[in-house]
Amino acid sequence: MRSNFQLALVLSAFGAAALLVACSREDRILRQPPPANQTINSVQVSGLNPGANSMPTPPPSNMYQESAYAVSEGQKLYEQYNCVGCHAHGGGGIGPPLMDNNWIYGSEAGNIFTTIMQGRPNGMPSFRNRVPEYQAWEIAAYVRSMSGLLPKGVSPGRPDHMSVKPSEASTPPQTPTGITGSPEQHQ
Amino acid sequence: MTTPTKCWLRNLFLPALFLIFFAAYTEVPHAAAQDAMLQPQTEKNYQPHSYQGKVEPDDGQWTRPAKDYASTRYSSLDQINTNNVKNLKLAFTFSTGMTRGHEAAPLIVNNTMYIVTPFPNSLYALDLTKPGAPMKWVYQPLPTPASQGVACCDVVNRGASYDDGKIFYNTLDDQTVAVDANTGKQVWKTQIGDINKGESITMAPIVAKGKVLVGNSGGEFGIRGWLTALDEKTGKIAWRAYSAGPDKDVLIGPKFKPFYPQDRGQDLGVKTWPPDAWKIGGAGVWGWISYDPQLNLIYYGTANPGPWDSEARPGDNKFSSGIFARDADTGEAIWFYQYSPHDLYDYDGVNENILLDLPIKGQTRKVLIHPDRNGYVYVLDRTTGEVLSANPFAPITTSRGVDLKTGLLQYVTEKQPMVGKVVRNLCPTAPGAKDWQPSAFSPRTGLVYIPHNNLCMDEEDVTANYIAGTPYVGANVRMYDAPGGYGGAFTAWDPIEGKVVWSNPDHFPVWSGALATAGDVVFYGTLDGWFKAVDAHNGSLLWQFKTGSGIIGQPVSYKGPDGKQYIAILSGVGGWAGAIVAGGLDPRDESAALGFAAVMKDLPKYTTKGGMLYVFALP
Ligand code: HEC
Repeated sequence: MRSNFQLALVLSAFGAAALLVACSREDRILRQPPPANQTINSVQVSGLNPGANSMPTPPPSNMYQESAYAVSEGQKLYEQYNCVGCHAHGGGGIGPPLMDNNWIYGSEAGNIFTTIMQGRPNGMPSFRNRVPEYQAWEIAAYVRSMSGLLPKGVSPGRPDHMSVKPSEASTPPQTPTGITGSPEQHQ
Repeated sequence: MTTPTKCWLRNLFLPALFLIFFAAYTEVPHAAAQDAMLQPQTEKNYQPHSYQGKVEPDDGQWTRPAKDYASTRYSSLDQINTNNVKNLKLAFTFSTGMTRGHEAAPLIVNNTMYIVTPFPNSLYALDLTKPGAPMKWVYQPLPTPASQGVACCDVVNRGASYDDGKIFYNTLDDQTVAVDANTGKQVWKTQIGDINKGESITMAPIVAKGKVLVGNSGGEFGIRGWLTALDEKTGKIAWRAYSAGPDKDVLIGPKFKPFYPQDRGQDLGVKTWPPDAWKIGGAGVWGWISYDPQLNLIYYGTANPGPWDSEARPGDNKFSSGIFARDADTGEAIWFYQYSPHDLYDYDGVNENILLDLPIKGQTRKVLIHPDRNGYVYVLDRTTGEVLSANPFAPITTSRGVDLKTGLLQYVTEKQPMVGKVVRNLCPTAPGAKDWQPSAFSPRTGLVYIPHNNLCMDEEDVTANYIAGTPYVGANVRMYDAPGGYGGAFTAWDPIEGKVVWSNPDHFPVWSGALATAGDVVFYGTLDGWFKAVDAHNGSLLWQFKTGSGIIGQPVSYKGPDGKQYIAILSGVGGWAGAIVAGGLDPRDESAALGFAAVMKDLPKYTTKGGMLYVFALP
């Protein structure tokens, strides 16, 4: 009796936990995203910190990257805002690849958000007047999934279109190199 | 003289090639094309038709991108010949210090060599009278770095033109500059386009009748294509001819007499598009311009209509993917012919036009020879725009030929790309049977030497979203080698008979220009870095040199101050084909570089980037 009860308890705890995870994966984001200014101010594009004896504060994390819904929205927006025209499906073209481990301006969601909003000098447009902030966060989350930096469960599985590469979910994580504007936090 | 290996290669290649043409009509599976053993179409019986027409007198310099107005890329220097070319040695080198694709032809004027680099488009002058050809000066226009974002296919520049003491060329951020050829000082600079509309400039201008002729790039960015004439003295815009829009913008007036009825009518540049689509319909002018001083006509092609997703632009999309003849003084259109009406495959019409006078059916006709992306070598009457012949030079599955009565390309309905459907085995691919890489013509052999691709692709269209300054494409593409299992070839073509005389296959697309010389040696380079000299008569390899990087430049020949013949080439991989190396692309995504990365995934094993000039001479 007692052991049965214990088992039930354990099971329901598991169930609840599973539900919770599933919830955060599927839920739309209703909370406010981190304010853009705060993000942009805390993003660094150099790993060199003269006189500093500690690492800089990491940019606010992106809750969008825990949501499969947000990531799949990000994937759609990546096509709609023509990121795909310059970066292809991550392999690059006019712009650099986004599915590899080589980052010029940083791989954290905050860095990518900043890249999208401010642009970058060698041909990356500034989408500030085009893309609302919450969408930029969704796109940033999706961009991270391209190099396997998001948990499998939230990364897109099967492509809707002609298959030109392994899906994001089956892309092995590429440990980011390049600048370390903030300590990399990997799942 | 052919070595046994060469013969073997060619014997395999020629029958394969002919079978491919055959297969193109019947859709035989690839394997069949490879193992069938036809008798080689033997060039043994081939009788060269040496050219009876005139070529521009050669002063041993190289002052225009294509050598002469007829665009022959032929040097009448003959010190280097089929016997002694094996002794060719490096004379000097010069590093451009740049790592993107080097597509320009060096110019040689008054014992000075001029080199234009890819972005940031520096212009170097080298003193040929001094040992090692030291630098005289460098001119740096410093185009905005943001312009790199609107260059569809690497930040290349195809070179400059010299006239009246000045060097003229274009910057990626849409400026035309005139630089004093002696001092390197800027004479004028004119902004003629806008990167925020997706415009860039990569083409080499020509100067005719005191005007610098320049066209824009950006068919993948929803630009509105044009050709602009600037006064060579002041840089003021004299006229601009749009490729689409109302007749007055296209400079279509009473003089316009196209040969075929489908090109006649009012405002076809508006009516053959959905409302307003012509305003963002592409049709840039980023290729080559030829000039006939007798007829006083300039000839140039228009690029693909945009977006690639053709369902977004029902209609013939005039005047894209075709050729204009215009009055050199006023820019007025004289005739137009459309190679690929309502283009389905990114078949720009911008490739070179070689102006020749050839005997056609017993009559000498003023013609132009144009190897198009759609896979046919066209021979057009350049006074009227009539198609005299159009024969395939590479595998074709997307069309069944060109109807010589109507001038219409015969598309294959099943091969039409569509939104949401993958259509397979489309040959030629988006970069075409041949892209920008210019051919050469030798009057001694009467042959056209064509560097080209041998590729097929799968395509699925998607609905494109127009946002000014970003790509407007709407297609997922994946390319692969065409039958034969190689990516490109260097082919000698008889323009009168309309057939291949010999062809050297290459692992990769041959993305360099060609140079023909009076020594009967023809030069070209390969994407893996070999600079090759072959026999103009039979293609056999006579000499080769491994440069530091893949070659996509245009070889030129000139007479040095010491009276010797020199051969010069820029090495430095890149361009659309070489973007995988120049841009460090990731080929796990087969759609990278608009689908080119898929077929180039091996290239990084063969070559690395880096721009360097190589100049060769006999000891
Ligand atoms: C017009 C072409 C173009 C478009 C459109 C474009 N990019 Fe870029 N992107 C570039 C170029 C070029 C760079 C490199 C900039 C540099 O090095 O300064 C770049 C850089 C980036 C980087 C930085 C990569 C690194 O290594 O740090 C990211 C991330 C990025 N782009 C994401 C996007 C996203 C997301 C979109 C769509 C919202 C987008 N890009 C749209 C051309 C483009």
